[in-house]
Amino acid sequence: MSEETKYEPIKKVSIIISKGTLEGVYPGLIMANGARMEGIEANLFFTFFGLDAIVNKSMDHLHVATVGNPAMHIPTIIGALPGMSAFATSKMMKEMEKLDIPPAREFITMIHDAGCKIFACKATVDMFHLKKEDFCEEVDDVITVGQFYEESAGASIIFT
Amino acid sequence: MATIDLLGKQIEVDADGNLVNLDDWNEDIAKEIARTEGIPELTDRHWLVINFMRKEFIEKGDGPTVRRLTKESGVGTKELYALFPKGPAKKAARIGGIPKPKGCV
Repeated sequence: MSEETKYEPIKKVSIIISKGTLEGVYPGLIMANGARMEGIEANLFFTFFGLDAIVNKSMDHLHVATVGNPAMHIPTIIGALPGMSAFATSKMMKEMEKLDIPPAREFITMIHDAGCKIFACKATVDMFHLKKEDFCEEVDDVITVGQFYEESAGASIIFT
Repeated sequence: MATIDLLGKQIEVDADGNLVNLDDWNEDIAKEIARTEGIPELTDRHWLVINFMRKEFIEKGDGPTVRRLTKESGVGTKELYALFPKGPAKKAARIGGIPKPKGCV
């Protein structure tokens, strides 16, 4: 008999996306999509600047942060030059496209079609004075933190 | 390497439980694997996806991502998940007798 511990496979995840930069949004999207690909139930909950990824007006314009990001390996003052963020963003999008990672809007549609529910955080929606019609059609509901926990019954919660 | 019993034959499988040899596969084997995966009957739409997966694997050495399936197999994301509820790329690869695709999307 093997002494290896057998763990229960993950059945459900609730992923929170709280940042609005390209590199802040994509990890959560990839994890949600990856969960569905594995047959794992998934919820996505967008809060604070993460809402940019599901607001019609901003979701096609997510950018890589080139300032205050030491992992970019460029001096902050260079990162602040006009066009640097656009340049870094377009390079990263090209690399992602090679890996079949779609632009945000297409990705959100794909994840929603895959059966992942998409929620916006009510506190942030109120704080930013957003309305239901500001969001892309994939958003299932605007919910409170309490409702988020209810939706997350039985799930592992992942904060990004 | 592990083997499983399919239709009375011992067939080699990898760590994910997918067939190792493309030539061990045929339509009856596919139907049998589908049954063990909880898909009692393979429809024309299932076959469209399975055959697309095999073709991609034979041509490129890796099965397609769900995004490529969605864009190129002729079956959209919603339908893919309806046909293969436990993950379209993963399950269609297993039923199609190819390794699990390596892509993250």
